[in-house]
Amino acid sequence: MGVKNTGIENILGESVVLTRADSIINWARKWSLFQFPFVTACCGMEFMSVYGPHYDAARFGAEYPRFSPRQADLLFVVGTISHKQLPILKNVYDQMSDPKWVISFGACASSGGFYNNYATVQGIDTVIPVDVYIPGCPPRPEAIMDAIMKLQDKIQNEKYESRKSYPDLGKNNKQGGGDE
Amino acid sequence: MSKIVLDKILRKFPDDIINSHNYLGNETVIIKKEALLKVCAFIKDNRQLMIDMLVDLTCVDYPEEAERFMMVYHFYSTENKYRIRIKASVSEEDPYIDSITKLWKTANWPEREVYDMYGVKFNDHPDLTRLLMYEGFEGHPLRKDYPITKRQPIIGPLN
Amino acid sequence: MTENKITNRNAGDLDSSTMHINMGPSHPAMHGVVNIQVDIDGENVVDSKLEIGYLHRGFEKSAEYKTYKQVIPYTDRLNYVSPLLNNFGYTLAVEKMLGIDVPRRTKFIRVIMGELSRLTDHLTCNAAVMMENGGFTPFLYYMKAREYLYALIEKVTGARLTVNYSRIGGLRNDLPEGFKEETLKIFTDVEEIIADVDKMVTRNRIFMDRWKDTGILSREDAIAWNITGPVGRASGFDYDVRRDHPYFVYDELEFEVPIGKHGDTYDRYLVRDEEMHQSISIVRQALELIPKGPISVDDPRITMPSKTKVYNSIEGMMTNFKLVIEGVKVPAGEIYSFTEAGNGELGYYIVSDGTGKPYRVRLKPPCFYNTQALSSMIKGNTIADIIPIFGSINMIAGELDR
Repeated sequence: MGVKNTGIENILGESVVLTRADSIINWARKWSLFQFPFVTACCGMEFMSVYGPHYDAARFGAEYPRFSPRQADLLFVVGTISHKQLPILKNVYDQMSDPKWVISFGACASSGGFYNNYATVQGIDTVIPVDVYIPGCPPRPEAIMDAIMKLQDKIQNEKYESRKSYPDLGKNNKQGGGDE
Repeated sequence: MSKIVLDKILRKFPDDIINSHNYLGNETVIIKKEALLKVCAFIKDNRQLMIDMLVDLTCVDYPEEAERFMMVYHFYSTENKYRIRIKASVSEEDPYIDSITKLWKTANWPEREVYDMYGVKFNDHPDLTRLLMYEGFEGHPLRKDYPITKRQPIIGPLN
Repeated sequence: MTENKITNRNAGDLDSSTMHINMGPSHPAMHGVVNIQVDIDGENVVDSKLEIGYLHRGFEKSAEYKTYKQVIPYTDRLNYVSPLLNNFGYTLAVEKMLGIDVPRRTKFIRVIMGELSRLTDHLTCNAAVMMENGGFTPFLYYMKAREYLYALIEKVTGARLTVNYSRIGGLRNDLPEGFKEETLKIFTDVEEIIADVDKMVTRNRIFMDRWKDTGILSREDAIAWNITGPVGRASGFDYDVRRDHPYFVYDELEFEVPIGKHGDTYDRYLVRDEEMHQSISIVRQALELIPKGPISVDDPRITMPSKTKVYNSIEGMMTNFKLVIEGVKVPAGEIYSFTEAGNGELGYYIVSDGTGKPYRVRLKPPCFYNTQALSSMIKGNTIADIIPIFGSINMIAGELDR
């Protein structure tokens, strides 16, 4: 998933950029993940355990959950999403500004879990793009930390060239909405 | 243990009773749906029974029967510890039954849920709208002829 | 505007109307999935309406398509902070329909594991209430206590949260070696943590000011709204299924049932706190009295045979095959069976038609009725009081929406 329309890229524009700039921007981004926990169901208990004292996720710099999507860059979709809840999830995702990543936490968010019925969405990736899937019902806290580390690897390897630069925001006001 | 409740109802309303049993110690009486409010008011006001708590309210679907929906009410008396189950059947052609929210205000949400899941409508209910499913959902999911995987998404694909 | 007009607001010369605010479904203090629409006049709540159903997962419909044993994992995820209590309530209902009685050792183990689950339930509820009032530290202390309990539950059942431990006619496996010593050791740690938080919170000026006299529910209202469990007991409604209609071996154990007087948020917090101490005492007594013996009923139509029999004899293989494919055949009829869960009276109404799959499974969810009364509990309070009141009724969305 490329990243577009962010402040740094607009300032640097089409100029030549050394790889050091790439790695330092990515380093800063991966160690300061501000997460928005979209918690609905049982996986929320394991989420609370990960942020608790035993399996401390604060060492990833992702300590304090931001309860507003406008201030967050990592969306944790935790728990089953029903069809009634799905428009709200899309709304929250659209409100987040770039760069943003999505972690789908648990079997129900990744694929509907064992609820194959009239009320459950069979995976949130039918509607929003997902970066890391965590299987498990619920996943163990160690699996969650592994997923955060995998996401950090993914962020570290994002290249400047793969980020598209849009025309100036002032003239042509395009909204960032994720890569398709 | 709650045999006294069953005996009193059988004696007071002999014409409205269709059946009664005591399977596994759960006293049950099946009545006609028109008599529901009468019987409920009787058991609530009677000094010896004092049944003051509505424990649960639900519905079961028997599609082969003539009257398809069977409403099931569970009651409890906090003073005397009596329990009684009252059932009344409702047909699909005339899916109306009296609401008991006047007697027990806690019946509000369960009746909305029965309307949402089965389609049984309640007379004099203060706000009969869907509770668990979203507006625009067509059909009543817990009926036996509603296929379990029939999804109606608001946004996004079917699967 | 003169001084008079501002202070004299109710004089009727200001043209005002109530404001409609949406505390929406994706709200951190709404535990994720409830939408409260409040009409407010300044800061005071005049009227409110709740919208639920954002986590409806079709439990009752799914249960009609599975055998009796396959429904047990679905029951784990109903009240997901105390999954063992739901498991045991369901298998008790099916066992009553079959007319069988489980061995004595199983009853003791069910009491012990059930009370451990009740401990995690009350720890989580109180921790969430305190965190939402600004006390992040006691939340983390209780999470630490809960981790000890999860590690213990994992040693017994194999999973931390979604345990799937109970079976029809018994349990999945026996307690491991050294369970008693480990539990008693953990209890000293857990009791120390509860005492620490008690010192921080119970007589704390801030929490008492915020919680006393808010969200008052009278005893008559508790009965009229069908509210049982800690919320009902805090209002003075003296009803506990374990004492009044005992099941398993609760009639042989001694415990007290805490009853509140005022029915406000502070009383609900105190009732849950005391119930945690009572749960620890019940487990200690049960660990002394637990007998040795089998853990499952010895009936080939109900209990799965051991793997040595399955692979070495024809009857074992046939029994295994029939039990897995067709399920336990339960005679036709219906039952309403109830136990005491973390939130109140948890009832299962099961209708069977004689086959291996249930015809209808209805769960009577205690927090459904607790949440219905929320509108009347927040009336007259300020917006800032909605959060502690809502937290103290312990709404668990898995049970509310099923």
